Formats: sequence, structure tokens, C-alpha cells
Amino acid sequence: MSGVNIQGLSIKFGTNEVIKGLDLQVHEGEFLVLLGPSGCGKSTLLHSIAGLIDVSGGSIHIGGQDMTEAEPSERGVGMVFQSYALYPTMTVEKNMSFGPRVAGVPKAEIARRVEKAANMLQLSALLQRKPAQLSGGQRQRVAIGRALVREAGVFLFDEPLSNLDAKLRAELRRELKLLHQTLGNTMIYVTHDQVEAMTLASRIVVMKGGVIQQIGTPAEVYETPANLFVAGFLGAPAINLVPATVGADGVSLDGALPLRLSAGRAKPGQPLVLGVRPEHLRLLSDGRWRATVELVEPMGNHQVVWMKRGEQVLSVIVHDGRRLAAGDELGFDLDEAALNVFDAASEQRL
Amino acid sequence: MATRTATALWARIGVYAFLLCAAAFFLLPLYVMLTTSFKTMDEIRLGQIFALPSSISFEAWRAAWSEACTGVSCEGVRGGFWNSVAITVPSVVLPILLGAINGYALSWWKPKGGEWLFGVLMLGAFIPIQVMIYPLVKLEAAIGIYSSLPGIVVVHIVFAMPIMTLLFRNYYAGLPGELFKAARVDGGGFWRIFVQLVLPMSTPMLIVAAIMQITGVWNDYILGLTFAGRENLPMTVQLNNVINTTTGERLYNLNMAATILTSAVPLLVYLISGRWFVRGIAAGAVK
Repeated sequence: MSGVNIQGLSIKFGTNEVIKGLDLQVHEGEFLVLLGPSGCGKSTLLHSIAGLIDVSGGSIHIGGQDMTEAEPSERGVGMVFQSYALYPTMTVEKNMSFGPRVAGVPKAEIARRVEKAANMLQLSALLQRKPAQLSGGQRQRVAIGRALVREAGVFLFDEPLSNLDAKLRAELRRELKLLHQTLGNTMIYVTHDQVEAMTLASRIVVMKGGVIQQIGTPAEVYETPANLFVAGFLGAPAINLVPATVGADGVSLDGALPLRLSAGRAKPGQPLVLGVRPEHLRLLSDGRWRATVELVEPMGNHQVVWMKRGEQVLSVIVHDGRRLAAGDELGFDLDEAALNVFDAASEQRL
Repeated sequence: MATRTATALWARIGVYAFLLCAAAFFLLPLYVMLTTSFKTMDEIRLGQIFALPSSISFEAWRAAWSEACTGVSCEGVRGGFWNSVAITVPSVVLPILLGAINGYALSWWKPKGGEWLFGVLMLGAFIPIQVMIYPLVKLEAAIGIYSSLPGIVVVHIVFAMPIMTLLFRNYYAGLPGELFKAARVDGGGFWRIFVQLVLPMSTPMLIVAAIMQITGVWNDYILGLTFAGRENLPMTVQLNNVINTTTGERLYNLNMAATILTSAVPLLVYLISGRWFVRGIAAGAVK
């Protein structure tokens, strides 16, 4: 088992710098999720850890050894791809044993590893099948098995569940988490799906434009986002963003939700953005503000209520079964302790 | 509805009528060749070109294969047949193998300057071969393989390189790139990935390339005449010598038989590979 230490990493495609001086410490045995929109450099970062992309600056240490220039197979990593990337002419067994066969591992040892991985992933009955004869979920299990059989210290996952339907995705997500609990290996997982990130990660790294925006546990990243981008990227429905201006006294905030905020970090006249998670708004008949219901989305165990106050649209999560209809006027209030305050100009948390 | 089915029926009849005409147009020469080859010279002299032979005689076929005269020797086209086989086998296997390696290297390993090299290679495909014949003769003479079996094989390899490289490069570029990455993480090197992963996936393209190369090399005349040397003249050159013999009677039945014998190999390749070809394409389509 091994950690990964990345320092000052930069990667260029031609003149386009995709990763800019990135530092990242992946602890031994943790499940690190790289999260961001497409084109944010998260896959590039993962591929550079695997050695599939040449870096133009900085260093990558895996298990304490400098692997910046090492061949992919020498790095002690196993990798799972979005398209599964199974070798189509080989059986499941041959797919899984390809790596160890190349490395010259003794036959008995290969057989033991394949059997172990197959048992773990419920593939024992499928070992002699070709990839074309498998379902999508089975194929991805084989791809995971192929990484397991390498008995690598670090597992790399490149959006492994994106090609599966929603039900299978949830199922395999649970299996992956169980697998990590059983094996305890270091895992680095790339996704653009915040649910996968929240459910799987020990820590989440949120990226944008090749730069790390925030690193933290799922709770930290969700509850105290470092900037407006992180706040907006995590959470469904998205966080409510309310523009506000600091009043002359430095504590009263004007805007759609006028309130007094005791925090003295903001200067009078400074434009701010308030971030309120939908679950932190409460419908109260004697609340400080009133709004009109625009739309109700029933979700079974809760409902999302979209309301309008002037021009400001707000979403609220309601857990009781009360019946609401478009046009209803409601009072509401918010939990100030859970409020996120950002500077409107720098978009950074205050 | 009734008029609609009637229209469809007439359209169908029109299509079939056209197809039958086209088929007849292409099959008529073959029909004439086959019937003539089974006739005796006496029957041919009657001038009824479309008539069926009164009795089937294989005499012309036997003579064409083992007795027809080309210049001074009278050994039929069989010598040319085996010469063509000796030329075609290496001239099919080697270009396909080299083309596959080229295409694999260009599309998967992307070496520095590879795109430039490929551009130059493609440019070479547009230069008429006549331009290159004389320089190639001098070159082969200088290294001592002119007028020999290796001499003609090398020329076929050179002229096949652009199209073979193009075929395989495009085919491999269409395969998922993550396969290559997975194989690299698994420790595969250049040759292992090629032999164990890429080549087994290439069946449809190997068949296409083989059809192109077999028919191209077998039907070649000018390169064989120029580079193979007297001992290795391909069947096409011998056929020409048989038919253009200026002395004596023109043996139409023998000439027809010799021509069919010469074109038998490409014909068989098409007939046999057709279904393999379709099967290969279909197997590639269903992932």
C-alpha cells in the first residue's frame, strides 16, 4: 500500500497548460475523489499519475519513490477506465491475468489472484466468457477485477460508472465502497458526479481549470465551500445564491433577504453573495420573509419547493407532507449559522 | 392502397430488369470465354460465337496449362502460375504485416514526426509508378536484386506501403484509445500489445487488405515484366506471350482457357472472401 505525493505538477498539451503547478498529497489507504466539470483537468491529472501522459514540470512520488518518468507498469498502479477497455479477443480470465502474465508472475500465483478477485466481484461463473457476452455492469466488474489482480498499491478510477444506467451505478458504487473497506488500498477516483463524490470519498478534491479549488472531507466541502464555484458545484438542488450589499453600519445586509449578520469581516458598501442550502431554509408562517410558490417537485420522501421573492428564485426542501400549490404565499426563515458568505468580486468565502 | 401496391410492384420489376441487364452485360464476356474454351477449333471457325459447344472438350485447357508455346518454350502457363504464386505470397504477407505495424505505430504510439512521415508516404501514393520504374531499376541493379524474385517482391512491398499503412492506421485509430492505455498499465510493450491485442482484433481489416493485395499483385503486369527477370515472369506476362504468338494459327479456345486460368485466382478470392468480408465487418460492428 502506498500514498501518492504530487508536487508542482504542470502538464501542457502544445501551448495549452492544462494543469498549473498542482500540489496534492494522497494519504495511504484513503479514497480520494477528484471532482469537477469536464475539461477541468481531473482526468489528465489521473492519467499523469498512471504515467499515460508526459508531464512538463513537477514530480510524482508513489509509495515514496519518484515515479515522474517511470513506465505505467512500473508504478504499482491498477487502473479502471470509463469505457471498461476490456481486451475484446480475450476471455474474462485472460483479461484479468494479462498484467501478471506480462510481469512473469508464476502460474499458480496468477490463478490464486484471479480466483480471489473473481470471488470478490461475483465473476467466477463468467471467467470463460468474452467481453461481448457480458452486460455493462459485468464488464465494469471485470475491469475492476483486472486492476485488483495486479495487486497494486494504488487504484485509479477514471469515471468508471458513467456508462452504466442509474440503478447499476448505485449498486456498483456501493460495491466499490465495500471493496475499499475490505482492501484498504489507496484509491483515486475521477468523477463529475457529485453523488459519487459525496458517497465514496474520504476526501474530495474539487478542480476547475486545472487548479484545485478545495480539498476536504465531503462534509467540509459541502458545508463550508471555499468559493462560489465549489458551492454551486455540490448539492442538488443547487445552493441558493442571493446577492446582498453591506449596509453603512457594517452589519445589516440589503438585498432580497435583508438581515443582520454579526460577522464583521465585510466592509460597508461591499457587494456580497449569500449561499443558502435549500435544506437550511424553513417554511414558517411567522418567518422574517414571504415568497410565492412557483413550482413544486415531489420526490417521494421529500419535496422541493421553488419560490419567488421579487426577482429572487429560492429552492426549499420540505420534509413534511404538507400540500403546496403554485401561487401559495408562504412565510420563511433561514438558519444563519449555516449561511455561507462570499465576496461578490473575488467569489471567495469570507 | 391498390394503386400504391401496383406502383411498388412496377418499381420492383424495374429494379430487377435493370439488375438482370447489368448482370448479363458483365456475364456475357465470361460466357463467351467459357463456351469458346470448350469448343474445338473446327467448331469455332463456324463463327457462332454465342452457341453452346456441341461437345465439351478439355483439350484446350490441358494445352493451355501444359503445352502452349511462349516464344521458344512450349510448357503452357503452369510455369507462370507457380511464378505468380511465388511472387504473390510474400508480396501479400509482408506488405500487410508492415502496413499493420506502421498503422499501429502511427495511430497508437504517435511517435514524433509520425504525422509528417505519413503525409510523405501518402504523397508517394499519388506519384505515377512509371516515374519511379527507371530509378528503381537502377537502384535494384546497384544492390544486386534486379531481375530476381526478391527484386519484384521488394517493389510490390514499396508500392503497397501507402495504401496498407492508410488502411490500418485508420482502422486502429477507430479502436478505443483506452484499450491501449489499459494495456500499457498492464505492462505491455510495443510488440506484445501488437501481437497479443491488436493483431487478433484486426481480422476484418486483414481480410480487406489481403483481397486488395492478392488481386493487385496477381493482376500486375508492368512491374512483373520489368523487375521479376526471365526466370520469374508472372502468369500475366506469360499469358500475353501465349496470346500474342505471331506464328501459326490463332488458337482461340486455348487463349480463352489460358485467360480464365490466369484470372481464376482473383475470381476465387472474391467468391470465397465475399462472405468472410461481410462476416468480418458485421463482427466488428456488434461490440
